[in-house]
Amino acid sequence: MDVLLPPSLLAFRGVGKRFPDGTVALAGVDLSVAPGEFVSILGPSGCGKSTLLRVAAGLIPASDGMVRVATGKLGYVFQDPTLLPWRTVQANVELFAELRRLPRDERRRRATEALALVGLDDFAGHRPLALSGGMRMRVSLARSLTLEPELFLFDEPFGALDEITRERLNDELLGLYLAKRFTALFVTHSVSEAVFLSSRVVVMSARPGRVLDSFPVPFAYPRPAGLRFAEPFARLAGEVSACLRLGGGSA
Amino acid sequence: MAATTRVAPSGRGRWLRFWGPPLAVLVAMLGLWYAVSYLLLDPDRRFLVPPPHEVVRVSFLDPYNLEELLDALWLSTRVAFIGLAVAIAIGTILAVAMSQARWVERSLYPYAVLTQTIPILAMVPVFGFWFGFGSFSRVLVVVLFCIFPVVANTVFGLQSVQREHHDLFTLHGAGRLTRLWKLQFPAALPSIFTGLRISAGLAVIGAIVGDFFFKQGDPGIGILIDRYQSRLQSEQMVAAIILSSLLGIVVFWLFGFLARRVVGSWHESAGPPGP
Repeated sequence: MDVLLPPSLLAFRGVGKRFPDGTVALAGVDLSVAPGEFVSILGPSGCGKSTLLRVAAGLIPASDGMVRVATGKLGYVFQDPTLLPWRTVQANVELFAELRRLPRDERRRRATEALALVGLDDFAGHRPLALSGGMRMRVSLARSLTLEPELFLFDEPFGALDEITRERLNDELLGLYLAKRFTALFVTHSVSEAVFLSSRVVVMSARPGRVLDSFPVPFAYPRPAGLRFAEPFARLAGEVSACLRLGGGSA
Repeated sequence: MAATTRVAPSGRGRWLRFWGPPLAVLVAMLGLWYAVSYLLLDPDRRFLVPPPHEVVRVSFLDPYNLEELLDALWLSTRVAFIGLAVAIAIGTILAVAMSQARWVERSLYPYAVLTQTIPILAMVPVFGFWFGFGSFSRVLVVVLFCIFPVVANTVFGLQSVQREHHDLFTLHGAGRLTRLWKLQFPAALPSIFTGLRISAGLAVIGAIVGDFFFKQGDPGIGILIDRYQSRLQSEQMVAAIILSSLLGIVVFWLFGFLARRVVGSWHESAGPPGP
């Protein structure tokens, strides 16, 4: 039966998650993400979006259904930049390569390259404490880029940033997406962020979370920053918002 | 450009602002001390609170008395530091073991608390009875005195790591040792140093008070205080108390300094720097 489906890099089939305390976070989630897709997940607070990512990454097991991840090269970016404050920016970016036991020269090379990619080469010797929130998030992105992930899981990475920084990072993230050609599953609270970044927006219901609807986003990449103010963009964002409201609760 | 400008205080101004308040308190305390000696006490009862200059003359300017005090201070310092080192070594090992598994923590923690609740000083005669009145018993008292803050703060620090940080290490296949060494231990350093500061103070108290209760063997500061008190050598008694307080302050300051050196560059808890 899988023969009929398009090849997917990540697939959830009837995935449910019940926690030991009885909370049902997910119920019958069906979703597949094809290679190269940028899929955003929108949903009311507490609908299990983060749980879905944690299940996808294998950090927690699903209670029902099955999850298939067709790559071992996974990137995971949290809302908190999760940098180690005692390490310099350079040493933070080297961390994953270090945990994977890559040789020293190789991880140094990769870190330097990734820092240049996010425009922070001048800050390699700084401690995270000395950086702004947006810069810390760039370091976090650079750290994930060192392992060249094929599938990126983003858990509201820009949720704690101010709007100007968030939009700039959205632009930069799309730049990286086009340059590196990874596949992305991106959880967010922001309708406009979801529409701006994604090739498809998925709306989830209130808890227990399941997929309510899916909106293909027709705008071609690369997307200019001005797209956010174009009329078709506003119309699509309006449709997505309406679906969210019907799903119960506000985002 | 700016409508108002603020002039940074000059070197001397900053020095005064930093040291001025504690110095003022010191002067006030000395004044109070003189007042008690000369205004409150009759000359024949002045030996109860000898004035500061008498304390200095008898205890610190007399070479024989000074040597006695310094020898005792050195002995107590050594006992305190050896005990503290042993407590740090054992305490850290215990804390790491507890942080690795819930059952280990549940098995051991109550006994770590016990070191705080048994009256250690009441055990002093027992230790003397079992192990003699030499350095071993004294160090043992210090260890029991100061091990709990090491254990408690290290366990707390090792367990204070954010879930997301653990997730990252899990995602990239880190084992227990890597996780402990590269994540938990550095993350725990600020609270480990908090514990060390408390323990270092307790180690000094443990060395001196333990010594006071041992009453036998080579005299440390505690035994001297006991001896001076029974011989009414009040100048030297006060001097011994001042020296032991100074030792406590130096040790506390030393660990504050170490904390700033180790975690000051990335953690704000290390405290304000000096002038």
